[in-house]
Amino acid sequence: MRRTTVGGKFFRVALWVAFGLFFLFPLYAMADFSTRNLIAGGRTLQAWTNLVADEALYQAIVISLLLALLTVVAMLLVLVPTMIWVRLRTPWAKGLVEFLCLLPLTIPALVIVVGLRNVYLWVTYFLGESALTLTFVYVVVVLPFAYRAIDAALSSIDLKTLAEAARSLGAGWTTTILRVVVPNIWSGILSASFISIAVVLGEYTIASLSGYQTLQVQIVQIGKSDGPTSVAASLAVLLFGFALLLILSMVTRGRKRATAADPAVAAPTPTAQPGAPK
Amino acid sequence: MSSNAAGVAVELSDLTRVYGTVKALDGLTLRMEPGELVALLGPSGCGKTTALRILAGLDEATSGTVSVGGQDVSKVPANKRDMGMVFQAYSLFPHLTVLDNIAFGLKMRGKAKGERTSRAADMLDLVGLSAHKHKYASELSGGQQQRVALARALAIQPRVLLLDEPLSALDAKVRAQLRDEIRRVQLEIGTTTLFVTHDQEEALAVADRVGVMSQGKLEQLAAPADLYANPATPFVAEFVGLNNKVSAQVSGGRAHVLGVSVPALDGSITDGDGLAMVRPECVTVAADPAGVSTISSVAFLGPISRVYVTLQDGVVISAQMGSSAARAFAPGAAVTVGVEPSGVLVVERSTA
Repeated sequence: MRRTTVGGKFFRVALWVAFGLFFLFPLYAMADFSTRNLIAGGRTLQAWTNLVADEALYQAIVISLLLALLTVVAMLLVLVPTMIWVRLRTPWAKGLVEFLCLLPLTIPALVIVVGLRNVYLWVTYFLGESALTLTFVYVVVVLPFAYRAIDAALSSIDLKTLAEAARSLGAGWTTTILRVVVPNIWSGILSASFISIAVVLGEYTIASLSGYQTLQVQIVQIGKSDGPTSVAASLAVLLFGFALLLILSMVTRGRKRATAADPAVAAPTPTAQPGAPK
Repeated sequence: MSSNAAGVAVELSDLTRVYGTVKALDGLTLRMEPGELVALLGPSGCGKTTALRILAGLDEATSGTVSVGGQDVSKVPANKRDMGMVFQAYSLFPHLTVLDNIAFGLKMRGKAKGERTSRAADMLDLVGLSAHKHKYASELSGGQQQRVALARALAIQPRVLLLDEPLSALDAKVRAQLRDEIRRVQLEIGTTTLFVTHDQEEALAVADRVGVMSQGKLEQLAAPADLYANPATPFVAEFVGLNNKVSAQVSGGRAHVLGVSVPALDGSITDGDGLAMVRPECVTVAADPAGVSTISSVAFLGPISRVYVTLQDGVVISAQMGSSAARAFAPGAAVTVGVEPSGVLVVERSTA
């Protein structure tokens, strides 16, 4: 541990305080506002009980969580085997896959919605008019973030040698991927998953323009009539996101024991928070 | 511990592997006897690793067949070939302990947990690392990791053991130790083994037979001593051991080198003027005030010394001798050089 001068220490403390105020003050304000009894004065937990008591809001929360879960599962099933396969068997295609995965970043949500309208005529025809069909769009939307996280983890291991060692010991491709590769890119998979969850829970534009009642759409809608409840929902989503990132950093740190160098760390959450207090 | 002491024969016949326009293997044929350790030796890019990878099933030959124990396995995927492999790069699974790494192959074969653990412990014992069984790869030195990799490859009782430059990443001292250990373990278990290396000392020290490869072809396959004493081609003579190139005249199966008549080896030119490949230890140097050659320098290498002599025609050759004998020579002294009466390979001037 390097000794720091008094001035350096003061500077560091000042930085932490400024940092804390900047990030925590809005949270405190949200917590304060969401527990305020606007009519009678004093405190009430009415807004927080609304999260489960208000049927529409509760449904929206369930839908959004399910969407996040489905998106993560579908994203992992598509992305992980593809990326492993490309690295091992078709390295020439790596640039192409990377380009395709990063492409959604460059396309505005509005364009995606308009472009997808025709496709969704078919999707809803086959799968019904469920908000969960948004999974397909969300998988595409989270690709850039998930790709980066998994790519970093894959780069940190000697994938080719590990896969060949596993195969020479008698493992088939599925076993090689599940038993050898996945455990060694676990931190990348976790961060890809959590970032995807954060993106899905923060997505408003596509859901709203497509006319589905996700949590974010509900928050905005409720915000027009019932401020505290909408702020309570926003704060809940934020805290949920923080909790996920905290778990992520703890889990990846815990695994450092097993793996010497582990560069796959969580990227900052790209969440745009919906329904922020106005 | 159970061992398949018999080993199986391995045969690579007429293997060719083409990458784009490059021929990595060009009609390689190699037969390994049961239980034999064959080392493939050659410069990088000579195709030795390609040959091993094709035998392992990790690469596919463009043409030719691979057979193990009399069965054609050319179409069998790598995970069904039953071959233990040690890689040049460290290949232990980072998320598993040493013991679990070794037991991995047994798990793939559906062995019960008790059996896996006891066999893995036996293997770990064999490579002398029992004290480290609960460690992870990142806590081991390079040499230890390669030992565990060897134990892991042997735990599955492979039909063939493949060693792909397993020592290249290690430092010199560990390399020599592990090299001897690999040989000890291989003799103990009796598995037919293919050892690929670019280090001739390594190949000569461990192998029953050494195959020297160049440009996708096998130049010569022979026991180490034979390979060293009787190189079949200029490439082998050049690649294995140090060689002086001295002008020589061949006639009637004998070569005249440095004023001495010695037998010309098979593969030499049959008649006329050429260059003889003479090992430094076959060059004799005698102090002779009337001699036409002069000592140019002496390099002390511990037990032996290398004496550099300038011949009459200006060519510098090296002679190797015991350091006590070398002490008699000082730079500038006049000497006479000769050749020990063992066979030499004489090649055309243009090829050497």
